[in-house]
Amino acid sequence: MKQLLGFIRKEFRHIFRDPRTMIILFGIPIVQLLLFGYVITTEIKDAHIAILDKSNDEVTREITHKLLSSGYFKLDAMLDNDGQIDNIFRKGNIKEVVVFQQDFGKKLERDGKADVQVIADASDPNTAQLLSNYTNAIVQDYLQKKFINYHIPYEIKPQVRMLFNESLKGAFMYVPGTMALILIIISAMMTSITIVREKEMGTMEILLVSPLKSHHIIIGKVTPYLILSVINAITIVVLGNLVFGVPVRGSLILLMFVVILYIMLALSLGILISTIAASQFSAMFVSIMALMLPTMLLSGFIYPIDNMPVVLQVLSNIMPARWFIEAVKAVMLKGVGAGYIWKQLLIMTGMTAVFLVISMKKFKLRLE
Amino acid sequence: MMISVENIEKKYGEVKALRGVSLDVKEGELFGLIGPDGAGKTSLIRILVTLLKPDAGSATVNQLDVVDDFRKLRKQLGYMPGRFSLYPDLSVEENMNFFATVFGTTIEENYDLVKDIYQQIEPFKERLAGRLSGGMKQKLALSCALIHAPKVLILDEPTTGVDAVSRKEFWEMLKRLQKMGITIFVSTPYMDEANLCDRVALIQDGNILTIDTPEKVTQSFAHKLWAIRSDNMYLCIHHLREHPEAESVFGFGEYLHVTWKNQEMQAEEMMNYLTGLGHTNVEVKETEPGIEDVFMDLMQKHDS
Amino acid sequence: MEKENTVIRVRDLVKKFGHFVADDHLSFDVYKGEIFGFLGANGAGKTTAIRMLCGLLEPTSGELTVAGLDGFKQREAIKRRIGYMSQKFSLYEDLTVHENIRLFAGIYGIPTRIRREKTEELLEKLELTSARKKLVRDLPLGWKQKLAFSLAIIHDPSIVFLDEPSGGVDPVTRRRFWDLIYEAAHEGITVFVTTHYMDEAEYCDRVAIMSAGKIVALDTPEALKKEWDATSMDGVFLKLARSNE
Repeated sequence: MKQLLGFIRKEFRHIFRDPRTMIILFGIPIVQLLLFGYVITTEIKDAHIAILDKSNDEVTREITHKLLSSGYFKLDAMLDNDGQIDNIFRKGNIKEVVVFQQDFGKKLERDGKADVQVIADASDPNTAQLLSNYTNAIVQDYLQKKFINYHIPYEIKPQVRMLFNESLKGAFMYVPGTMALILIIISAMMTSITIVREKEMGTMEILLVSPLKSHHIIIGKVTPYLILSVINAITIVVLGNLVFGVPVRGSLILLMFVVILYIMLALSLGILISTIAASQFSAMFVSIMALMLPTMLLSGFIYPIDNMPVVLQVLSNIMPARWFIEAVKAVMLKGVGAGYIWKQLLIMTGMTAVFLVISMKKFKLRLE
Repeated sequence: MMISVENIEKKYGEVKALRGVSLDVKEGELFGLIGPDGAGKTSLIRILVTLLKPDAGSATVNQLDVVDDFRKLRKQLGYMPGRFSLYPDLSVEENMNFFATVFGTTIEENYDLVKDIYQQIEPFKERLAGRLSGGMKQKLALSCALIHAPKVLILDEPTTGVDAVSRKEFWEMLKRLQKMGITIFVSTPYMDEANLCDRVALIQDGNILTIDTPEKVTQSFAHKLWAIRSDNMYLCIHHLREHPEAESVFGFGEYLHVTWKNQEMQAEEMMNYLTGLGHTNVEVKETEPGIEDVFMDLMQKHDS
Repeated sequence: MEKENTVIRVRDLVKKFGHFVADDHLSFDVYKGEIFGFLGANGAGKTTAIRMLCGLLEPTSGELTVAGLDGFKQREAIKRRIGYMSQKFSLYEDLTVHENIRLFAGIYGIPTRIRREKTEELLEKLELTSARKKLVRDLPLGWKQKLAFSLAIIHDPSIVFLDEPSGGVDPVTRRRFWDLIYEAAHEGITVFVTTHYMDEAEYCDRVAIMSAGKIVALDTPEALKKEWDATSMDGVFLKLARSNE
């Protein structure tokens, strides 16, 4: 135990003393997230919208005014009837159409409930999702302020319809996706590199000849990265929530469990890579080619799995990140419990076990 | 026997690194394995420290088989690989502490053993190992290898790439460790270090050329050896090689070392031969062979 | 050796990096066809000095002439007049012997007309004709060493700089290599060898020993051994180091 603690202490020293490692550990996650933030916030400025106000009363005019003065939206056209909606989307300038139902104000006062329809161009799903979220937020905000003194709960129910990509696969993916990507980089790439570095420096020779068992070396190498990866995952969740309003609807503990399971999976992959790679360079190369790229392309992070050719769909089944993203999405966005994601958890556990067994077997007690 | 090696063979793909090596090292001995790069020194050492398995043959260290009892053996070995494997981003003290913990001990516990060596680097204990001079790295690596008080110390080219002063100091340290009862097995490419060992094995191309005390090794040189020089060394080499009676002509610093097929060859004859070819300031004298002369002689005999 | 045969002339040469004085008022001459050894432990200031002599670094102050060219103003021209071979041999391991020769001949601007002739000549001299299509990676260490040296002087430079050229090879191979060096020197190429292997110093005509940025000794190995009452250059170095403490 003392040996292990000594080993872990040494690993932390390596990490904290190497600027490159520190940048990869803490710089990249923040940059990645902010990059998303930057891309998304610039797109949401002055989005062109059209409004179809079938009610044209005080309430709808006030909401319209609120929307247009928010700075996010710019009014392109006031429409007269439903038939124009399709046309105006086809022209391509309009990102969203807001439709107020007839007698909107009256209904709201009478029933405490009124419908506003938000139709968005979901060929760009991220933007569409964001626009509708913003619209929603502005409407809710208006309601809260206006009816603050009333006791009856008023409710405007926006009915969101996504055109061209009805199911909206891909939206809200970036937080789970970024997490999947970053945890793979840190856990798998960094552990494989740090193990291979000892081989290159020759210190592995001394460690092997010492009374340390191979699991000591592996656990000692892996523990610091497990801890740092968990911190990273928490950072991403918090940043995602604060900056982009990505909610955590389900249990935080369950979310963390999923995250830790995925990290273990990535770490076991990292160990496996280290048993194959002979140099730090090849460890990095293998990590990028075999893990990062497939994670980005095949896990559903960027391209929806349902739209892939069948071959790639089958292939995506062996992507650890696919199951992680599904599980995280379910917990964060749908707020489901463990019962709903048992399949994903089981698959990830299975993969971890397989990788660990193989890499333990392959981890050499000698130099050949 | 502290170390016993019998007919060890080792191949890497098609390349034969060791071709049936046998040797014995007695308890308390300072034994040198001497040979150039690529002779098989590192392969043999790695087999002894259980890092490689031999393809054929067997070896024991302290009566423990290097393959079957490798776990037990690892606890008793002190091993210093080539290139002083240390963590450059850890300080002197952190390196020491780390290796102490790995071997389940502390610096204090075996301080007596490493005191002499460690005290020399202790003033720099806060310094990162990567910023130490070659000599200091070497001392730190030795301290780390000794931290668990091993019975046998195996060192792979500990003096390669360090300056002459550090080399000398290092050999003095090894002598002191030997007096404390530690058996030492050390490899080196420097022929002149042979004289500092109790016994040496000369190794070339995976074969042991000879094993003996350094004195007996040099005494085994069967020829009369001549040291010859003139003002033009380049032509001197050529002219001597052209002589029909010349057996070997090699540069040895400012002199050439020459052996003749005819042992009766006289200095005067050599003088006349060279001055006759226009050489000036010719000097010819009989000289004592060194380990390097023997090595080259055995190497060429082995090749043919 | 006469004055007009001076190939490298160094006077009060200083190189500072900030406040750190890497080379402190070096003065020496190297003559044509001489094998000049430049010794010293790592960090003694050897590397900095060589870089200035090769035109890679501008000196801070002093005088420096290499092959008749000014070490301050004509550094590019100096680079064309010298050859360089390092311990790592600077050969392309994944190219064949022949490809390496052609490549270096091209780099050093050997005219195409005589390039073929020169290549054949070199292959024959090194006894590598039958191995011309072999990858350099597969050559024995000694052959690589000889090839690297021959390529470093393929453009007939005035001076060739050798950085720890023969550490670690077997004694016979090492002598064969020194045969080549003697030959180059005999043909008038000045050979400037840096090393911290003291036994390599024994082969030089004259050696300079550096310590802490200064030249602490300069003479023939024979004279140095006599002066310091030592049997080898190793002994000279040890006694020198002790006297400087």
